[in-house]
Amino acid sequence: MLETFNFRVIFEYMPFFLKCFTATLWLSGVGLVGALAVGTLACAMRISGSKLLSTAAGVYIESIRSTPLLVQIYFFYFGLPSLGIMVTEEITGVVALSLNSGAYIAEILRAGVQSIPFGQIEASLSSGLSYFQRMRYIVFPQALGVTIPPMLGQAIVLVKDSALLSLIAVTELTRAGQIMNSERFMPAEGFFTSAVFYLVIYFMLKSLAGWSEKRLIFRESR
Amino acid sequence: MWKNYLTRLVQSLPFFITGLWMTIAVSAISLAAGTLIGFFLGILRTRPNRLFRYLIGAWVDVIRGTPFLVQIFIVFFILPEFGIHLDAFPAAILALTNLGACFICEIVAAGIRSVPWGQKEAASSSGLTEWQQLRYVVMPQAMRTILPPLVGQYVLLIKDSSVVSVIGVTDVTRVGWLTVQRIPHGLMVFGLVGLLYFIICYPLIRLSNLLEKKMAKGTR
Repeated sequence: MLETFNFRVIFEYMPFFLKCFTATLWLSGVGLVGALAVGTLACAMRISGSKLLSTAAGVYIESIRSTPLLVQIYFFYFGLPSLGIMVTEEITGVVALSLNSGAYIAEILRAGVQSIPFGQIEASLSSGLSYFQRMRYIVFPQALGVTIPPMLGQAIVLVKDSALLSLIAVTELTRAGQIMNSERFMPAEGFFTSAVFYLVIYFMLKSLAGWSEKRLIFRESR
Repeated sequence: MWKNYLTRLVQSLPFFITGLWMTIAVSAISLAAGTLIGFFLGILRTRPNRLFRYLIGAWVDVIRGTPFLVQIFIVFFILPEFGIHLDAFPAAILALTNLGACFICEIVAAGIRSVPWGQKEAASSSGLTEWQQLRYVVMPQAMRTILPPLVGQYVLLIKDSSVVSVIGVTDVTRVGWLTVQRIPHGLMVFGLVGLLYFIICYPLIRLSNLLEKKMAKGTR
């Protein structure tokens, strides 16, 4: 049983956990920025008229969505050295995270752009709006409402996915639990503390998502 | 050099197939159990009973808010402290079933909520019992909303099953991890592992898209 649950050791390890907490925030933050870049590019390619670009983006998106992130991480971790590319685990991990989430974000963006009825584009064209005005006043405000809530959902997934980086020896929250487990043989203290930190991030992002859903979604009056 | 690797990789193909079976076994068992429990919890969650609603809601939040890797570690390393000693395989099934049940519970609850309240009122004033209302009025309509994301969730769970390789379940990811120690060509080895997952997951993703289109057509 857990009557030996030791809070003293948790306090002792707290600075380490906080360091790892910021590491997780950093990794997911950088991963998210990378994923947004990759996702925007992939989405632009996917909806561009060019058959070649669209197919290339489609292959990328489907192959990412059909394989587990862990396999992708191992693919880069074991694969890059065999191509002669030597980078740190952190970079490998962030690249894998960005490429993984990028595929999902591309799909979210595509859904956002396609949610705007073509009639509205036509209407704005015939009202004489410029491209910038059309984007600023017609497309963007509506697409934002459809895009932001699932995007925050993807951010939650990304934070949780960053836990897998511990398996290629990146020091982050889950790794902190593992290290505490191996140094003090206290699995409960280590992994429960990691879990609590993840829950903090989860609830912050979740309340943000709930707020944005209420605030941003453009609803037609019923 | 890589030709040599390729020959050795082809030679260890049976090993990969065994791993693939393990992946399929772990996923199939947890998906079946997770779907059953998920439907049960989802229906319970939409009942008027507040206690159930909050308890299930809190549990779902905890499971959705923590990484599956941490959950696996908790099941595998911490349950023994409660006197529950599980081998890797049952531990993997337990963790994955729990994860699946939580996600499916949310999908089912959303599906039930999407059925207009008037339908339930009409059913209840026609004298149908609670069970009949659920069985003949609410669920058939809710399934339209539930089915596409349910299949999508299956894909996510099959992919999440790769994480159980870290506690020593010899699924196809672990086979890849073991093979890459002998055949040091990560691109080739994990390319093959990815391909095997792709073969399972891609048809399911297509099925989910197809269902979504079909269900959307029906409502118009």
